[in-house]
Amino acid sequence: MGEAQKTVARETLIGKRIPKMDAPEKASGRTRYLHDIDLPGQLHAKILRSTQVHALIKSIDTGAAKRLPGVHAVITAADVPWQRPIGVAKDHLPLKTGRVRSLRDEVAAVAADSVEIAAAALALIRVEYEPLPPLTDPVEALQPGAPLIHPEPHGGDGGPQLKPGGPVAYTGKPDNVAMTFEYAQGDVAQGERESDAVVEDVFRLHYVTHCCMGVSGVIAEFDASGNLLLHSNTQVPFLHKREFAEMLGIDPGRVRIIQPPIGGGFGSKLDIYPFEPIAIFLARATGRPVKLVYTREEEFEASPTRQPVLLKLRSGCTRDGALTFRAVETLHDNGAYTSWGATTPFVMMQTVSSLYRVPHCKYRTRAVYTNNPYAGSFRGYGNLQATFAVEAHMDRLADAIGMDPLEFRLKNAQQPGEVTPQGMHFGTCGFKECLSTAAARSAYQRKRLEHASRQGDASPLKRGVGIASMLHVGGGAKIYPSDGCGTILKIDDFAHVTLITGASEIGQGSETVLAQLVCEELGLPLSSVTVVNNDTDITPWDVGVHASRTTFIAGNSAIGAAKKAKDKILAAAAAKSGRASGDLQLSGGFVVTPEGEKLFELGKFLRSLHFSDKADLVMTTFYYEPPSHHQDREFKGDVSAAYAWASQVAEVEVDTRTGIVKLLSITAAHDVGRVLNRLGIEGQIEGGVVMGQGYALTENLIVEGGAVKNPSFRDYKLVTAPEIPEMDISFIETMDGEGPQGAKGVGEAPAICVAAAVANAIHNATGVRITSLPFTPERVYRALRGKLEAPVWNVPA
Amino acid sequence: MSAKVEIDFTLNGVREQRAVAADMSALAMLRDVVGLTGTKYGCGEGECGACTIRVDGVTLNACLMFAVDCDGREVTTIEGLAATPPGEKLRASFVEHGAVQCGFCTPGLVMQASHLIEKNPGAGEEEIRRGIEGNLCRCTGYRKIIEAIAGAK
Repeated sequence: MGEAQKTVARETLIGKRIPKMDAPEKASGRTRYLHDIDLPGQLHAKILRSTQVHALIKSIDTGAAKRLPGVHAVITAADVPWQRPIGVAKDHLPLKTGRVRSLRDEVAAVAADSVEIAAAALALIRVEYEPLPPLTDPVEALQPGAPLIHPEPHGGDGGPQLKPGGPVAYTGKPDNVAMTFEYAQGDVAQGERESDAVVEDVFRLHYVTHCCMGVSGVIAEFDASGNLLLHSNTQVPFLHKREFAEMLGIDPGRVRIIQPPIGGGFGSKLDIYPFEPIAIFLARATGRPVKLVYTREEEFEASPTRQPVLLKLRSGCTRDGALTFRAVETLHDNGAYTSWGATTPFVMMQTVSSLYRVPHCKYRTRAVYTNNPYAGSFRGYGNLQATFAVEAHMDRLADAIGMDPLEFRLKNAQQPGEVTPQGMHFGTCGFKECLSTAAARSAYQRKRLEHASRQGDASPLKRGVGIASMLHVGGGAKIYPSDGCGTILKIDDFAHVTLITGASEIGQGSETVLAQLVCEELGLPLSSVTVVNNDTDITPWDVGVHASRTTFIAGNSAIGAAKKAKDKILAAAAAKSGRASGDLQLSGGFVVTPEGEKLFELGKFLRSLHFSDKADLVMTTFYYEPPSHHQDREFKGDVSAAYAWASQVAEVEVDTRTGIVKLLSITAAHDVGRVLNRLGIEGQIEGGVVMGQGYALTENLIVEGGAVKNPSFRDYKLVTAPEIPEMDISFIETMDGEGPQGAKGVGEAPAICVAAAVANAIHNATGVRITSLPFTPERVYRALRGKLEAPVWNVPA
Repeated sequence: MSAKVEIDFTLNGVREQRAVAADMSALAMLRDVVGLTGTKYGCGEGECGACTIRVDGVTLNACLMFAVDCDGREVTTIEGLAATPPGEKLRASFVEHGAVQCGFCTPGLVMQASHLIEKNPGAGEEEIRRGIEGNLCRCTGYRKIIEAIAGAK
């Protein structure tokens, strides 16, 4: 490299440790979350929920509540005959009419001068129920004669009175099957014939919930012309804008959603839940801004959960370690209504079919209605459940043929260039590097043999190591008609950039990484960028923050807009300086030559464009649509523009006297494409690992008879600081050709295979295989003594 | 809706006289009466630490304290701490170490950290972990929070 080139090789921002732009405000208590916003004239709302798991509503008397001083409105379904069913399957009326199907069901709502008055008013509402037989066991839901959860239509003006062309209603179901998914590749029977070893287990995955530190809430307000303004924590503002507009029968252009900083998302805010329409109904009824914020107890009882799953897996391989087949059947407890949890099979079947190369595969899910809480989307989206089963069987098959589990995995691992039978194209794939890196850095192979040899020792403390891996979308997920994101970029007269992006910030650091990518193109410091990302009247369309897609999709979009701005500036600079624009660069706030000569100070140059005969401003737009494809009817298709890979080794210590499992360390290797913001990506991995630790060891939303029994942080155990493991994190940089600067999405990945690795580690420590979660002391204690009932598959065919 | 009680206390170095309901929590007073919203509601029962404040130097959960019990005491919230050199140092360290994601737990953790550092300037990693065990964070996995506190000593 010559001297001249050295002088212009400007410092890159990529891979650096960049602090989050919003952190100073947050760390000084200045950030205004939704909870901190009070609008003039605002009323406070509360929701009356069902006291019955399953019942007919015979009557609701709101008279006394309406007479309470300070109460502005009390509404029931009768007051909003135009309400429409919401949710993924549109089977869910915000305010229930005729029947309640779970304890969280919304029966009435109040808007009052204060939260206290609203609560007092709820206590005055009299609801008469006629109890119906509850259905709280998903297996029972499929039995003939089981109580039906949605037998009658609901919505519109109420069932039979529905008029053609009238409000949309849910038509009802003659059975309890909410959704089914079936996928097949190859011939499983043939695969089984070719197998030398076959294993089968039933797995039970439990309820957990998001526990965002900021509880759910919304502020709804109509202006004098009937336009709706929502302050909302939604992760999908543009989809919700449309859905609220449909519900209100107004043009979507008349709905504006502002997202104040959000106190945690993790997928919990991907669907519309009844509290949002209810706040809107109350705002319409009162003509005032209405704020509705949950209590923590309500958050536990009335927020979505991770999808609980009963899963039967049968797998086989040849004696030389080639996978032959996998057959999966699952029963998803849908709860009373259908939210995103029911659709987790989209992700689960990818792990079943395509994490490892397996020629013959079949997958079936039935999601059934019960009177239990309903599941939404939650970081990992079914992948924690599927990976837990698949990775248990990777160990069991390796055992069965006497092969080292790492070797067995390496032999079957996907590699770059693979097109799976499900139609996924793996361009970059660092899976084998992830496996070998995580194994080497944790001394997995040596420790596995050592720990196994000590299972029979006298010491009550046993150690074990376990490995597990994961595959997840890392380049968006084409579920909606578009998986894109728009960017508007403005560079002002002082070379300050306003980056207007559709992408939502939920704490993950998207605004910082987007600003970083723009600065990288424009040769500006991070302090030159303001990010605008939270107002649908300003920001361009984006499908939402989900599926680990934001850095990849919004990043490519931001780069596209920045490149256009750069091209425009350099073309103008070339014309002015008489040089070829290809010779010029932007660096350090200047237009520079290849030799490093500073031709123009950027702000001054932009002003000269602005205040000239042909006045012009630098403003660009870009819409990025990833080159991915929708799945076909057989669930085949390349839904993501890139795929993320990871392997994690867990080391545990099991106290055989108490059943307490201590997670000592997680050694993680992640194919992230490329590290953009090292500080940010470490934070994502560490946070995801600890969330996975909670799923494996401590968190358990106990649902009995349709009721959440532990709706508090006292009884629902999040991991605390003293319990976190040592974390050794390696990044495998495969430089994805489609990714922004080579990066892939990583948001969900770190949480996915922790529980599977812990399960394998417990087996290595004790020789005992536990197929249900979480690994609480009681469960482990029983299992070590042969007293834990293994899950059984007693599901009707 | 209960009777109001007059209280007189020091809030972030400024003397305050307020009339508060007898059953109001210190958290509700700070947020809804005084209008300082840096102190967060996370659970309302002392389990998450998002509402950590300092009263006469000691950290406690504002949701578990009655507003009337602030009478005669010196109360510090995140807004007050943030304006002091130790608060600025903690903020800088939390920012630099990537200890902030959604940020909802952060004010409580910064408050707890200030107390921890003051009480035990030589705190090692284990002591820092124990010192913040009453503060829940769902985003970060705590690792970077621990590093931020160690880096602010």
